[in-house]
Amino acid sequence: MSRGTVKQPEEVPSAFAFDLESEAEIVRVLACYPEGRQASGVLPLLYIAQTQMRRQTGSGWLPRVALDAIAGRLGVAPIRVYEVATFYSMFNTEPVGKYHLQICTTTPCWLRGSDAVVAACRRVTGIEGWHETSPDGLFTMTEVECLGACVNAPVLQINDNYYEDLDGARTEALLRDLQSGGTLPPAGTTVERLNSAPEGGMTTLLDVTG
Amino acid sequence: MLSDSDRIFTNLYGQHDWRLPGARRRGDWDGTAAILARGRESIIEEVKASGLRGRGGAGFPTGMKWSFMPKVSDGRPAYLVVNADESEPGTCKDRDILRHDPHKLIEGCLIASFAMGAHACYVYIRGEFFNEARQLQQAIDEAYEAGLIGGNACGSGWDFDLYVHRGAGAYICGEETALLESLEGKKGMPRLKPPFPAAVGLYGCPTTVNNVESIAVVPAIMRRGASWFSALGRPKNTGTKLFCISGHVNKPCNVEEELGIPLRELIDRYAGGVRGGWENLLAVIPGGSSVPLIPKDICDNVLMDFDSLRDVKSGLGTAAVIVMDRSTDIVRAIARLAQFYKHESCGQCTPCREGTGWMKRMMDRMVEGRADIAEINLLDQVTRQIEGHTICALGDAAAWPIQGLIRHFRPVMEARIEAYNARRVPKPLAATPEALPAAAE
Repeated sequence: MSRGTVKQPEEVPSAFAFDLESEAEIVRVLACYPEGRQASGVLPLLYIAQTQMRRQTGSGWLPRVALDAIAGRLGVAPIRVYEVATFYSMFNTEPVGKYHLQICTTTPCWLRGSDAVVAACRRVTGIEGWHETSPDGLFTMTEVECLGACVNAPVLQINDNYYEDLDGARTEALLRDLQSGGTLPPAGTTVERLNSAPEGGMTTLLDVTG
Repeated sequence: MLSDSDRIFTNLYGQHDWRLPGARRRGDWDGTAAILARGRESIIEEVKASGLRGRGGAGFPTGMKWSFMPKVSDGRPAYLVVNADESEPGTCKDRDILRHDPHKLIEGCLIASFAMGAHACYVYIRGEFFNEARQLQQAIDEAYEAGLIGGNACGSGWDFDLYVHRGAGAYICGEETALLESLEGKKGMPRLKPPFPAAVGLYGCPTTVNNVESIAVVPAIMRRGASWFSALGRPKNTGTKLFCISGHVNKPCNVEEELGIPLRELIDRYAGGVRGGWENLLAVIPGGSSVPLIPKDICDNVLMDFDSLRDVKSGLGTAAVIVMDRSTDIVRAIARLAQFYKHESCGQCTPCREGTGWMKRMMDRMVEGRADIAEINLLDQVTRQIEGHTICALGDAAAWPIQGLIRHFRPVMEARIEAYNARRVPKPLAATPEALPAAAE
């Protein structure tokens, strides 16, 4: 897998400490696992650290010092955290833009026009290759596998939100708005439609109240 | 056609309130303590009698799976783990349960856990479902607050804790033992079986892993009776099922229907028909990306259930119907799936790690036609060397779509190769000046 961006040394923090918000979250998370099984907290703590990085630097990623902090907190060998952080695709081991564009191109999305979504993302951001970040640091573009929203394909995930039923024009409008300082709109479909119900209105469950 | 009164997921589209008051109005949490009071054996018997088969893809009888759990604890705790790592391409049904009917799932978790002697249950939800996980957690918090779960759940005397654990983007974690590894904080690499999770599962304790939909239908089965559920669908393929209809249809959607509904009726009635009409249909992948595609002539009459689809060398899988019309480059559609499996192979077993990459590269050449006709057979042969030779079923899942392509669309692959070679074959050698050395290739 080719990783396009070249990290600037000053981007890499030399230390990482959990902030108060993260500390509270860690307490909540570790209470979910039996005593002696705190290694189960590796994935949750990776999320907590990545979210803290996004909160503090605008880029949700995991520098090595953060992985070490997690290993220290859970009492596991650092390699156990490194191997997990690199195994799962949602942990970013390199900096990402403020908006992480995760474009699904798996067959169900491809059949519904994900090529047009990819093209629109390229057009707006100027990014050519996967894993690259735009010079303004606003966007990183990643190809992802099936996001599990196939009846609302094609789907683009931006940070934590799914944007569904896209086409080239709507994708472009969405990104242009972010580019000009807008904030992420509510997640969901971009057409007139109720979630996974067929366009034009429900054809079942019409008799169910409540 | 299934009537609304027989539909279980009555808030499938989120048209109503998903929170506790709304869920109660739709009948959730009604008399749960009385269900538990029937006892462990009785609950398992009821689920067995309903004929419920696992909704996550393999179709293993749910009640029988539960009965593998130890009846008497040897001191180790038992666990229920709900597989909400919905990642099979084409599949998006559990997502609707998680966000729109979370209380059906939570109540099902309590009943199933009780039946298996588990005081704790984890819902392993794919990491990308961030908003869905948050909504599910809110529903769990509501249930705790109302005393429905937690200590003395529903006043039943049974203590029950329910936790959400997020995955982080790995399809392989939908495999039950990879899921358990991941839940323990490790890479999602499947375990060798036996021992099966019912003997040695999460933290080395007896564990059952069930799909979201399998668990979420349990309260309805307990309330309305096994006979109601088993009267729906077809023999050995009972009950209702959530279908996801995606791809080249006029109105892609999720819908709950009876197992055994004809594929054509499913597409025409609920998804607005194939784009351009039924005659414009090329092929359908009927159960998520892992099952072999079926061409139109099979689609004309096939029924959507486990056994009917197995009889046509495909499978119901997750009941994710991916429709492809005649405009589809079918070789490319399958090649993209080959790329998916290459990306998602965990790398533990050599046939899968090396084979998925090899198949992907070979499929890329097949898309262009840059191949020899004989390589189609070679490709088919290699898929069979991967199938059945790996710890988990990902190797099989990677092999089957390609096998389906070769089985039904070999002429398309051959024509493409011939077209490519017709363009590329150099002029007859006779035209080559004798002085030039022969090309290396």
